[in-house]
Amino acid sequence: MVVSVIYVMPTAVMYSKGQSEPEVWPHKKINLGLDLQGGMHLLLEVQSEKAVQNNLDAKIVELKKKMFQSQIIPKMIKRVESSQTLTIQTDSGEPASKFEELLKKEYPELEIKSKSGDTVATEYQVAIIKDEAEQIKKSAVDQALETIRNRIDQFGVSEPEIRKLGENRIQIQLPGIKDPKGAKKLLDQTAVLNFRLVDDIHDVQQALSSSPPPDSDILYETTKDLVTGAVIKKIPYLIKKEVLLTGEYLTDARLSFDSMENQYFVSIDFDGKGARKFADITEQYLQKRLAIVLDDAVYSAPTIQSKIVGGHARITGNFTQEEGKVLAIALRAGALPAPVVTLEERTVGPALGLDAIKKGVISMIVGTLVVFLFMVVYYRKSGAIANVTLFMNIIIMAAALAMVQATLTLPGIAGFVLTIGMAVDAHVLIFERIREELRLGLSPLAASEKGFERAALTIIDSNVTTLIAAIVLYQYGTGPVKGFAVTLSIGIVASLFTSLIVCEMFFNAMIKRLGNKPLSI
Amino acid sequence: MQFIKPDININFIGIRKAAFTVSLILVLVSVISLIVHKGPRYGVDFEGGLSIQIKFQSTVSLTDIEKGIAALGLEGASVQSFGIPTDNEYQIRSPRSMMKEGLNDSLKLSLKESTGVDVVDVSVDMVGPQASKDLREKALFAIFFSLLLLEIYISGRFELKWTLSALMAAAIGIPVYFVLQFNLGAGLTFIILMALVISLALCWYLKLKYALGAIVALIHDLTITVGIFSLLNIEITLQIVAALLTIIGYSLNDTIIVYDRIRENIAKDNRAPMPQIINRSINETLSRTTLTSLLTLLVVISLYVLGGSVIHHFAFAMIIGIIVGTYSSIYVASPILIGWKDETN
Repeated sequence: MVVSVIYVMPTAVMYSKGQSEPEVWPHKKINLGLDLQGGMHLLLEVQSEKAVQNNLDAKIVELKKKMFQSQIIPKMIKRVESSQTLTIQTDSGEPASKFEELLKKEYPELEIKSKSGDTVATEYQVAIIKDEAEQIKKSAVDQALETIRNRIDQFGVSEPEIRKLGENRIQIQLPGIKDPKGAKKLLDQTAVLNFRLVDDIHDVQQALSSSPPPDSDILYETTKDLVTGAVIKKIPYLIKKEVLLTGEYLTDARLSFDSMENQYFVSIDFDGKGARKFADITEQYLQKRLAIVLDDAVYSAPTIQSKIVGGHARITGNFTQEEGKVLAIALRAGALPAPVVTLEERTVGPALGLDAIKKGVISMIVGTLVVFLFMVVYYRKSGAIANVTLFMNIIIMAAALAMVQATLTLPGIAGFVLTIGMAVDAHVLIFERIREELRLGLSPLAASEKGFERAALTIIDSNVTTLIAAIVLYQYGTGPVKGFAVTLSIGIVASLFTSLIVCEMFFNAMIKRLGNKPLSI
Repeated sequence: MQFIKPDININFIGIRKAAFTVSLILVLVSVISLIVHKGPRYGVDFEGGLSIQIKFQSTVSLTDIEKGIAALGLEGASVQSFGIPTDNEYQIRSPRSMMKEGLNDSLKLSLKESTGVDVVDVSVDMVGPQASKDLREKALFAIFFSLLLLEIYISGRFELKWTLSALMAAAIGIPVYFVLQFNLGAGLTFIILMALVISLALCWYLKLKYALGAIVALIHDLTITVGIFSLLNIEITLQIVAALLTIIGYSLNDTIIVYDRIRENIAKDNRAPMPQIINRSINETLSRTTLTSLLTLLVVISLYVLGGSVIHHFAFAMIIGIIVGTYSSIYVASPILIGWKDETN
């Protein structure tokens, strides 16, 4: 009795929950997966080693200054190409020991990996200590996540899902997005804005045929046909490595249209500090060409005509309205601390999604009806009881999915349908067992009790194994498959409950009413 | 209503040699097909590259589609019709994971031009090499570890050998886990297969007979399902892996119900010879086994026919799995228990 009361309690609670679902949870709903409503899925990987390299590059400038201050002449200081070590050369003897002291005092995060040389010069290989490098990488990923979230917010996508996966991956789901092209452009551009001088001493053509001078890079300005996207021309520039101003001082960036030039441009505003720097630069380098470089591509390289105060500038170049809009958002939201690469990109067209959900639901209804029909024909009244509990099972599942705000995917619908199969199986097991016991000559009541009791063990065993498969699936699955695992697991638990507890209650009630008449099974 | 008479007594055990032969042939055909095709035909999730699903207003010819995509610089891509023919859906696969922006728009334009039929909608899946490698590993991982966990559960439940089976699973699972962690990527499938063979051998040696029977039946089902996919040249996608794992659950479900009855009948009468007990148990549960399989099959067939292109192959895998799974729990999993008849009596 006590046990049955304890069992009835959750029954009542669950039952009322299942029925009052629309009133109790008006706000919680089952979300539709991307495969059902269309949208875009992106898996990005943050190149976090680049963040470490950037950090080292920034240190070079600073270190050079400090070395000069301490009267150590750096004969060479550079980062080893595509690595995370610096090569530094000084005079041997006193400068070398002074340098070691400086490093120890001012740069606890740097360590000397190796030291070689002779009486004239000493060469050091310096690297960031491991913990610090890990820290930089981690914060680069977090910062990238934050920036991407920021950009998406400004782009205006409803219910985006942005998550960190593993150490350096970011998963982005943009349901119902209309412009996947723009979204991708927005998310995977680093958006590092630099103002750098054009090298007017050396010749570009000469640099192209041999190699650029040590303090300059060859960067290109590309002109595209705005309609077809085909590249029309590429102009090489020799740009000084030294960055005079970066996008970090930006306060705003907006897309505007220049009716004189008949082209779009992005106007940018600097904060007080940035504006002062900009004024200083334009004063100092009057009549020189200042290149606006975004992600290593030259947008324009105008000659500075006068000192610019007030901190306004404009980025022109050839871009369409959409590209300009994306660029403005990217600049406003800030640069990514390191570049990202796309590992996975999936877009589902809205019409295909609609098609999928229509068919999924139809197949679900048909499958369920076929099962219901079969149960009534095969088990008569008991089959009808089974159908009632099966129906409850479906309601409970739906309620549970809404409660955890699960995302329903196409495989999820399949999972739903399969769970109906599992729940039916439980009933079949029970009924077959009762039939067996009846054949042995037991009374309906005794047969039903024994049937439920015996079948319960089997049902639990068989369901636990499916649950194990479902949990493993959840652990290792991604996206739609995870949705399948969720519905399957919820369905198994719900079917255990409805078949073993609710169905038995109904059965007992039926038998009591029947008295000694034979059971309709 | 009843399909199967309660007093049915088919001599399943008597024809076990014939059944083993049938199973062996099916498994061999599957394995040969897999070897000939150099492994299963992986979908874009596991192989990487580009997969485009296009829905047209009406039927178009494959050559017209090929022309259209060649104009986009996607030469060498394969085109095939996808799902149910009346849906006018086609799938394009290219090994290149081209990241060109705006593929959707240019595809629609170019295909409209080459086929003269309006494109209703386009879905694009692009999976890079790193991501597909990860997905492949995860899928293998999932199948392997679910088998290991099930081994523990079955040995525990049916023979109360929780500790023994857990220790065995740990002895096999932990090294495999570390091998995978350290990314000795090459020969991953081989490592997993070896681990499975070792675990089967250990089951045999440690006399975890129920687990052995169940796992052999599962491997039998999985091999045949994957084999049939390979024979029909259907892609193994993420969804198919989900189907495979569900098949594991289902087939095991069937097996356990027969085992459960065997356990019960042994408790009732432990003098009867094992073959007789097994035969009786199979016959007693036959009605349930066929009914459930039939009902589930009905549901899955409804998914197969009505569920649309994406669910189509998933449902197909389930159909094979349910049929083979039902067969294997009667003809494979149970007869294996006889291997120990002398000791159990």
